[in-house]
Amino acid sequence: MTVTEKEASPATRRLTTSKAMVEGIAQEMERDPSVFVLGEDVGAYGGIFSSTTGLLERFGPSRVMDTPISETAFIGLATGAATEGMRPIVELMFVDFFGVAMDQIYNHMAKIHFESGGNVKVPVVLMTAVGGGYSDGAQHSQCLWGTFAHLPGMKVVVPSNPVDAKGLMIAAIRDDNPVVYMFHKGIMGLPWMAPNPRALAPVPEEAYEVPIGSAAVVRQGNDVTIATLSLSVHHSLDIAEELSAEGIECEVIDLRTLVPLDRATILSSVAKTGRLLVVDEDYQSFGLSGELAAIVAETDPRLLKVPFMRVAVPDVPIPYSRPLEYAVLPTKTRIAAAVRKLMG
Amino acid sequence: MDQKIKIELYRTMVLIRSFEEAILRDYHADKKPAWDIGAGLIPGEMHLSAGQEPVAAGICANLSPGDGITATHRPHHLAIAHGVSLKALAAEIFGRETGLGKGRGGHMHLFDPASHFSCSGIIAEGYPPALGQAFAFKWKKTPNVIVAVTGEGAANQGAFHESLNLAALWKLPVVFVVEDNDWAISVPRHASTAIASNAERAAAYGIPGERIEDNNVEAIWRSAKTAIDRARSGEGPSLLEIHTVRLWGHFEGDAQAYRDDLDAARAHDPLPAYEAQLISEGFLDSAQAEAIKEESAAEVEAALSFAKASPLPDAADALRYVFA
Repeated sequence: MTVTEKEASPATRRLTTSKAMVEGIAQEMERDPSVFVLGEDVGAYGGIFSSTTGLLERFGPSRVMDTPISETAFIGLATGAATEGMRPIVELMFVDFFGVAMDQIYNHMAKIHFESGGNVKVPVVLMTAVGGGYSDGAQHSQCLWGTFAHLPGMKVVVPSNPVDAKGLMIAAIRDDNPVVYMFHKGIMGLPWMAPNPRALAPVPEEAYEVPIGSAAVVRQGNDVTIATLSLSVHHSLDIAEELSAEGIECEVIDLRTLVPLDRATILSSVAKTGRLLVVDEDYQSFGLSGELAAIVAETDPRLLKVPFMRVAVPDVPIPYSRPLEYAVLPTKTRIAAAVRKLMG
Repeated sequence: MDQKIKIELYRTMVLIRSFEEAILRDYHADKKPAWDIGAGLIPGEMHLSAGQEPVAAGICANLSPGDGITATHRPHHLAIAHGVSLKALAAEIFGRETGLGKGRGGHMHLFDPASHFSCSGIIAEGYPPALGQAFAFKWKKTPNVIVAVTGEGAANQGAFHESLNLAALWKLPVVFVVEDNDWAISVPRHASTAIASNAERAAAYGIPGERIEDNNVEAIWRSAKTAIDRARSGEGPSLLEIHTVRLWGHFEGDAQAYRDDLDAARAHDPLPAYEAQLISEGFLDSAQAEAIKEESAAEVEAALSFAKASPLPDAADALRYVFA
């Protein structure tokens, strides 16, 4: 499972996203004995998407626990342990599986702090793999972050690169609230998926936090704001470079956190460019893209010089067959076409 | 069983009944002439526990400080027997800022971290968080246990079975309790459950299972003691099914037209039965029984007065407590 890493000095040491995530978890487990990890295949296997590689060997089976295929029981267990002062990291192997355990997630984990009038804290990290693009079909390819962001009581973070993956993991573990940590399989740097150069980057060795609730302007530009997240950040940056040669300068915002959303960064960029494109691998309707349009409309519709556009999954289950799947994913082709249309 | 325990069981049962009767009275007092579930000093659904006092009294008499309990949508008896503040409980029911959840939870969503008490309004879904509390107790190396309570209607839910399996697998200090009051709202047990005793389901998970008949508080006390001692000594979970009785509706306003057992149920009211037993055994006399009832009523009325005198939450604070 090792990737193209080289032994290097700390300043230039490069990690894949998955290894950066694991490093963040391990550093917090070293610091705080109440942090533990549980989920399906998080032990000897190291997480199906390498989110827990090496943790069992390092911390032992009392802190890194394989569970039965029993999400209701073990996600609920994480919630109960958190109410008693522990800091569980619980993995839902694919976000698509939330249906078998959603009561524990949205009726218990997310609501207990509120229902208790703030008397009970629930510091759970629910980490889960999202996203498609590798023909895993309709039940193993969804993003669904809009669903979690819609329901009150959960913070939702969605890193796109190794540095943010580590820093957001550490911030999530230290947060006193439930945090849903959603990692796209395509950003993890897995050797058994399409190579992704942005899934490998220099990562500081020390523990650090990327603040939850803070978006990042990952490319500056004056013509079009592309607000996006996760793997779509990579596609958007690629297209931004291509279109720069044509004289179109895109500003790319990596949202990084959906709850709480960094509205100020989005609005100030839109105020500058006057054009907003949302690129979202989740379903189109009633979700993130509509929410961002609403925020602009509620603030000042005159910020937009041309109508808002979005590139999302057009309300269809993710198809299996490759030409169909790539017809509905937010591909570079669709992103480029949308930017050109915004530029008229 | 010594006299002290018997009197304590009786006193707990009386206190619970006093509380439920007072809530019943105040709940209905201002919903007339037209029935409006959302009207009055106590709005919303109200699931009262009259008849089920022996379950709470018998279990909680075996719990120690630091032990916890997870209840259902019908939680008052367990909260009271476990020692949750009557004032904070009443204030939550009245939706007041001084309530357990500052009026954010309501009677189905009660949390008292000091006594590790919680409940869930979703059938069977209180079990999984109880596993986590037990897990935390084990990790902290405290000798504490969690009693996770649900109804017989919950034993057909996935969460019930997932929880039994995981608790047995990890030998968690949990006692699972099924309160069988014969009715899942309007559906009788025989129409929902393929077997006669949910205690038999324990065998599927390799843990002890026992069904306790007749709503007998002393039998409940003895079986709960065995199961709690077992959990406390690190031997893992047990499953108890307790056959109890629901004297009133599923919720207030439920006319119970579907029930053909109401007369029989009323004849099985556990309170007069246990009082008569203690008197006949010579552990209690009528004057002492009256004194206990008066003390309980006074304590309950003080709690309700506290609740009614407490401020309602400020609407300006409606968005508080979503996040820590």
